[in-house]
Amino acid sequence: MAKKKRRSMLYIPGNNPAMVQQAGVYGCDAVLLDLEDAVALNQKDAARILVRSMLKTVNFYKTEVCVRVNNLQTPFGLADLEEIVPMQPDNIRFPKTESVQDVRDFMKEVRRIEKEHDIKDPKMTIHVMIETAKGVANVYDIASCEPRIDAITIGGQDLTADMGIIKTPDGAGIDYARKRIVMAGKANNLDVLDTVFADVNDEEGLKEETEYIKKLGFAGKALINPRQIDPVHEVFNPSEKEIRKAYRVYSEFYKNTKAGIGVFAIDGKMIDAPVVQRAITVLEYANIDIKDIEKSVDLSD
Amino acid sequence: MTPKFKAQAGTFESSDIMVLIEPVDEGTGRQVDLSSTVMLQFEEDIKATINQVLDAMNVGHVHLIAKDKGALTPTIKARVETAIKRSLGIQEGTL
Amino acid sequence: MKNVLGVEIPEYIEGIGKLEPYQGVWKSIIEDEVPSTNISRTLKAKKAHTSKVCSSLEDAIEKCKPFDGMTVTCHHHLRGGDGVLMQVIEILDKMGIKDITLASSSLTSAHDGLVPYVEKGMITKIFSSGIRGALGDVISSGKLKYPAIIHSHGGRVRDFLTGRIKPDLSVLAASAADVEGNATGSHGPSAFGSMGYADIDARYSKNVIIVTDNMVEYPCVPSTIRQHFVDYVVNIDSIGDTSKIASGTTRITSSPMDLRIARIAATVIEQSGLFKDGMSFQVGAGGASLAVAKFLREDMKRKSIQGSFMIGGVTSYGVDMLNEGLFKAIFDVQSFDAAVSTSVLNNPKHVEITCDQYANPNNCGAMTNKLDVVVLGALEVDVDFNVNVITGSSGEIRGASGGHSDTASGANLSVIVCPSFRGRLPIIMDRVHTVVTPGESVDVIVTERGVCVNPAKPDLAVALKKAGLKVVDIKDLKKEVDSMTGIPAKKKLGDKIVALVEYRDGTIIDVIKNVTNLG
Repeated sequence: MAKKKRRSMLYIPGNNPAMVQQAGVYGCDAVLLDLEDAVALNQKDAARILVRSMLKTVNFYKTEVCVRVNNLQTPFGLADLEEIVPMQPDNIRFPKTESVQDVRDFMKEVRRIEKEHDIKDPKMTIHVMIETAKGVANVYDIASCEPRIDAITIGGQDLTADMGIIKTPDGAGIDYARKRIVMAGKANNLDVLDTVFADVNDEEGLKEETEYIKKLGFAGKALINPRQIDPVHEVFNPSEKEIRKAYRVYSEFYKNTKAGIGVFAIDGKMIDAPVVQRAITVLEYANIDIKDIEKSVDLSD
Repeated sequence: MTPKFKAQAGTFESSDIMVLIEPVDEGTGRQVDLSSTVMLQFEEDIKATINQVLDAMNVGHVHLIAKDKGALTPTIKARVETAIKRSLGIQEGTL
Repeated sequence: MKNVLGVEIPEYIEGIGKLEPYQGVWKSIIEDEVPSTNISRTLKAKKAHTSKVCSSLEDAIEKCKPFDGMTVTCHHHLRGGDGVLMQVIEILDKMGIKDITLASSSLTSAHDGLVPYVEKGMITKIFSSGIRGALGDVISSGKLKYPAIIHSHGGRVRDFLTGRIKPDLSVLAASAADVEGNATGSHGPSAFGSMGYADIDARYSKNVIIVTDNMVEYPCVPSTIRQHFVDYVVNIDSIGDTSKIASGTTRITSSPMDLRIARIAATVIEQSGLFKDGMSFQVGAGGASLAVAKFLREDMKRKSIQGSFMIGGVTSYGVDMLNEGLFKAIFDVQSFDAAVSTSVLNNPKHVEITCDQYANPNNCGAMTNKLDVVVLGALEVDVDFNVNVITGSSGEIRGASGGHSDTASGANLSVIVCPSFRGRLPIIMDRVHTVVTPGESVDVIVTERGVCVNPAKPDLAVALKKAGLKVVDIKDLKKEVDSMTGIPAKKKLGDKIVALVEYRDGTIIDVIKNVTNLG
C-alpha cells in the first residue's frame, strides 16, 4: 500500500476554537494542533482542555491529526500527555527531542497512560521533532529507537537559535541538519517533514524552498497559514506527464499480472516492483484510484 | 466542590466564550448569567451545556458569567471546565 | 391559495392588489408575449431654449407637483454613501406630502433615517431589491402600513413595464450632468461608474429630476441618462459621502474559510464542462464569491482560456481580468469601486448596460440569459436547494434579492458559495425562512464541508466526484452540521405579512411574517 500523504501539515494554535473546529476542512494532509509554542504560558491549561474537548467531537475527515505537546522538562508536558494520550489522535509530536533517553522518557509516560486507560493495541504514532544541535547529532539513534515513531521533523527556528545563528532565507544554517535528518529518516523508513516557511506573503519563496526540500527527500512541510497549502501541494503533486506515465505503468502491470507475467517492459525499459510502487505513489498523489484503472483495463487483448 | 477564587477562561473572539467564575457562599446555589450573539437561537442549549459541566464537576454553588460569541458545545465545555479548575486552584492559569 | 413551493399566498392585499402565486422558474414567462398592462412613456414638450435648471432640490420637487399617495423612485448606485434619497423624503415631508410609495432600486445602510417616516405613516409602501439595518427591523416588526415588496433587479424593470410600479417622481443622482440633464456616474469627483439601474426610472417616470454635485459645461459627454427624458436639473453641494460611494480597489478576502470555499467552487466550475474558451461569467462583489474570480483568473491564465464576457456588479478585480485579456468585454450594470468608474469611462470593452438589458425577464435580450456561470452567496440554503438572501437568523429583513434569482435562472451553472455554519448558526435548513431564489435554478451549493449537487443534475455530480471533489448529499451535510451546532430555537413570528417576495416574473414566491422579539 502507498504511504499516507503528508505534503502539508498545518499548525493550528491549540487555544483558538475557531481554527480548531475547522481544522478538518482546509484541505491539508495533516493538522498539528499545537499546545507548545503557539500557546501563551498562562493559557497552557485552557489549550490542553480545549484540544481534548475538540478531539472528542470534531470531525477531521481524512485529515491526519497530530497534537504537539510540551516537552517533559516543562511543567506542562506531563499534564498534556495525561489529557491527550487517552484521546489517541493519529499522532503525538514530541518537541525538542535530543536523545534516545528523551524518547524513552516520553514513551514510558505514554505507555503508562495508555495502560491506565485500557487502550490495547494503540494506533497512535509518534513524531519526533529535532530542533537542537544535540538532537541533530543523535538523530539516527533517535529515529531507530522506537517502532511507534513514523515521522521525524526538523524545527528550523529553534535549531538556528540553539546554534546561535540567524535563520536565513537560503537555509544555509540548517542545510546540514536537513540532510542528516533525511538520511536518518530514510534509513529507518520514516517520513521526514520540513520546518515552516515564515513569510506567509512570499508564495514564490515558499515554492522555491519546497522544491528544494522535495529534492532532498522530505515528504512534506509544516505550514503556518492555510494559504500555504496549495503552493506546497502544487510542488509535491506529480506533473501531467508523470501521471500519464504512472497510469500506463500501472495498467500494464495490472494486465500482465492478470496474465501471470511478473516482469515486463514498456518502451524497452524493464518494469519491476519499485517502478510499480513509484507509479502507485504518483497516482495516489494525483487522487487517482487504482481500482478505477483496473476497471478500465481491457483484459481481452 | 465550591470555587475559591475569581477566575476566567476563554476569549472574546468569534466562536469562543468567555467564562467568569465568582465564588459564592456555600448554600447560595448556582447563578448563571449568559449573554450570547446567538441568544435567540441557543440560550437554552448553552445553559444546559454549562450546567452539564458544573454537574459533572460537582459544583453546586457558584456565580458564573458567560459572554458567548457563537462557541460550539465542545468549546463551551472546555472553557467552563478550565474556569472552574482555575477557580478551584487545581490548575495553573490566569485571573 | 398556495404557490408551487407550498407557500400560502393571499389572493389580494389591500394597497398592493391581486397577487399571482409563483409557478416555477419559467412557467409564467411566455415567449413573445407582451404583458397586457404595458405602459407608455410620458411625453412632455418644452419650448426651445427654456431652462431646466432649478435653484434647489425643493424648487425642482415643487415644480413636479407632488401629491399624497405618489410613487417616488431613486437608484442605489451611491450605495452606503447616498445623500440624495433622504433629502428627497425630508423635503416631501416638509411639504406635508404623505402616503408615499418609495421604489428605490435598493436601500442601504444610508437609509436608516427612513425609520421615523415609516413609523409616522409618511411612507406607506416600499418596493426595493434590498432592505437592511434599522429599516429592515422596523418593517420586520410590522410598522410599514402595507407589505414591502422585495423584487429582483430584473423584476423591478418588469414592475415598471407592467405598471406595478408607476413612478410619479424620480430623483436620480449623477456625478456629472449638464443643464439639459445629460447625466452620468462615470466621471466627476463623486464618480460611481455605471448608472444602469436608473435608466428605467428616467424612461418611464412622470417627472425626472437629475441631481448632481458636479454641473459640467454643456454637453456632458459621455452620458448615460439623456436629456430628452429629463424634466429638471439641480446642482447641489454634495450627493453623498464619496468614501462610501466608491473608493479604491476591491481586495480579495483573506479569510481562510472563504478562500477555501472559493477554491472548491473554482474547481467545480473547471470540472463542469463550461470552463473553456468563450465562457461567460458573473461573481459577487465580496467574500467567497469574489474570491472565486481569483482562482479562475489563475487557472484561466495557466490553461490559456479566454472567456467571452463578465457581467453584473463589477469590481476592480473584474477590470483587471478584462485588461489581462481573460475576457473580451464587461457588461456593467453597477460598479463597486473607484477604479471601475475609470474603466467604464475609458475602456470601450467595458460597456455600461441598463438593468433592462441586464436582467429583465420579459425582454428579448437579457444578458443573464446568456450566462454560463454565476457564483452567488446565501444567508441560508435548504435541502431543496432554495436560497434565502433576504431574511436573517431571527427572521428579520436584512439583505438583498438583487440579481440573485435573475442570474441563477439564466446561468447554465449557478453555484452558491456559503459556509456550512456561521458563528454557530447552521446555514442548511429543511426549508429556508424565505425563498428568494428557487432550488430549481440552483445547481451546486459549495461549502467548506462538501459540495452538494442538485439531484436534477446527476451528470454534474458524477463529473465532480470523478474530479476528486467531496460531493455529499445535502441532507447528510445538514445532519452533520446540525450535530455540530445544535438546532436553533424556533423563530418568534406573528401572523402579519410584512413583506412579499416577488419572483422575477412578478409572481409571489414567498411572504415574510412579522418578528415579535426583535431587539
